[in-house]
Amino acid sequence: MQETISFFSGFTPNDLWFLGEAALRTLWISALSISIGTVLGCAFGWMLYEGKLAATLTLAPVLDVFRSVPLIIQLVLFYNFAPIVGLDLDPFGSGVVILTIYTSALVANVARGGIEAVERPMRRAARSLGMSYWQDMRYVVLPIGGRAVFPAWVGVALGVMKDSALVSVLGYVELLKASQILITRTQEPFLILTIAGAFYFALSFPISRYAAKLEKRWAQ
Amino acid sequence: MIEIRGLEKYFGALQVLKGIDLDVEKGEVLSVIGASGSGKSTLLYCINGLEPIQKGTVLVDGTDVHAKTTDINKLRQKLGMVFQQWNSFPHLTALENVALAPKIVKGKAKSEARDIAEKQLRHVGLGDKLNVYPNNLSGGQQQRLAIARALAMEPEYMLFDEATSALDPELVGEVLDTMRLLAEEGMTMICVTHEMGFARDVSDRVAYFHQGVMDEIGPPDQIFGDAKSENTRKFLANVR
Ligand SMILES: Nc1ncnc2c1ncn2[C@@H]1O[C@H](COP(=O)(O)OP(=O)(O)O)[C@@H](O)[C@H]1O
Ligand SMILES: [Mg+2]
Repeated sequence: MQETISFFSGFTPNDLWFLGEAALRTLWISALSISIGTVLGCAFGWMLYEGKLAATLTLAPVLDVFRSVPLIIQLVLFYNFAPIVGLDLDPFGSGVVILTIYTSALVANVARGGIEAVERPMRRAARSLGMSYWQDMRYVVLPIGGRAVFPAWVGVALGVMKDSALVSVLGYVELLKASQILITRTQEPFLILTIAGAFYFALSFPISRYAAKLEKRWAQ
Repeated sequence: MIEIRGLEKYFGALQVLKGIDLDVEKGEVLSVIGASGSGKSTLLYCINGLEPIQKGTVLVDGTDVHAKTTDINKLRQKLGMVFQQWNSFPHLTALENVALAPKIVKGKAKSEARDIAEKQLRHVGLGDKLNVYPNNLSGGQQQRLAIARALAMEPEYMLFDEATSALDPELVGEVLDTMRLLAEEGMTMICVTHEMGFARDVSDRVAYFHQGVMDEIGPPDQIFGDAKSENTRKFLANVR
């Protein structure tokens, strides 16, 4: 009797609520970073595609740095050094900035691949109809290239959502940080991490399902 | 009228067109024949400004295609083009493929663009395929779709770049028939083609291109019956 009670001791329905709230924060910081990062990344990808030399010499190496330095190092460095240059951001702000840049660095390559996926004859056909450069981009390259690299983009988005756990090192109470707090208090790492994992799954599963559905519809 | 004077085109150091002089009158059907690599496609691209030129001029109804001040997107509305590869927009239905440019380039209302598209699709014999996506159409149907798409801009000239070369043999006929129909309707056409039967029957004149030079131009009877250029005769002997 004693033991069954102690199994759940410390973990209360309130804690579940606490985790749920933290999951919303994970969702919020991810959604924000992924949206802004995607827009930026598309712009960068376009520059990489069009800018040729100038972009390859300047932009590409910078993006490479953000892609290759571990996110946790970027977060800690930025959070601690940004105030020196007068940027006083809280953990959430720092997390959004770094996650956004990180997303944009990943999306840049995806976006460039998307533009490249639309071959020259197709674009010439569009231009031959009198479409301007931007009309061709908007009505031909975006839908065709976008669909071609959509799975890759979904991969980036889901990855960033998981990686947003790293913002916990700055003290932002998202899902992972909340779990750590509860583990310290309840000494129930297995239970709590399982619940946290379930939350992450609950956040990504609908996205990947919806993505799969879209891909199927486009494939017809 | 299309007036080409002293047209020279280079890709890097490679000279692809070596001084072309050519006039195409309104209502005329000109076929362009010649070996692969002789510059036929490039000529078409230079006419609608998809490729820049290095020397000479191309005038379409008096407008210099390559002048910086020319609104090339506007001018291209006069010049429909059909490519070897049909390039259907895969994310749009046949109707949407054809309606897109009238809508966004000409600013037509949605319903009007739809009507235009429907009319042109019927015109090329695809009236029963309005809501079908391109990957459910055969190559021949997609190429007719490409023709309808170009016609929807109400061009005054049509440029065909080997419109039937990528098609399975049994599908060539339906595309050639559509091109014949356009010719009968009085469309001004420049057709780069390997279909000698079409060139002979439908064209008013046939031009033979050889290594970037227009070696010979004349009525089909002359080109196919009594070519002056040794190159032309050799080429025709080989394709027949
Ligand atoms: N974009 C390009 N870059 C470099 N060379 C090209 C390009 N397009 C065509 N060429 C070259 O120009 C020549 C003429 O090509 P093209 O006009 O396509 O000939 P055709 O249509 O008569 O077969 C060929 O030698 C071809 O390799
Ligand atoms: Mg060619």
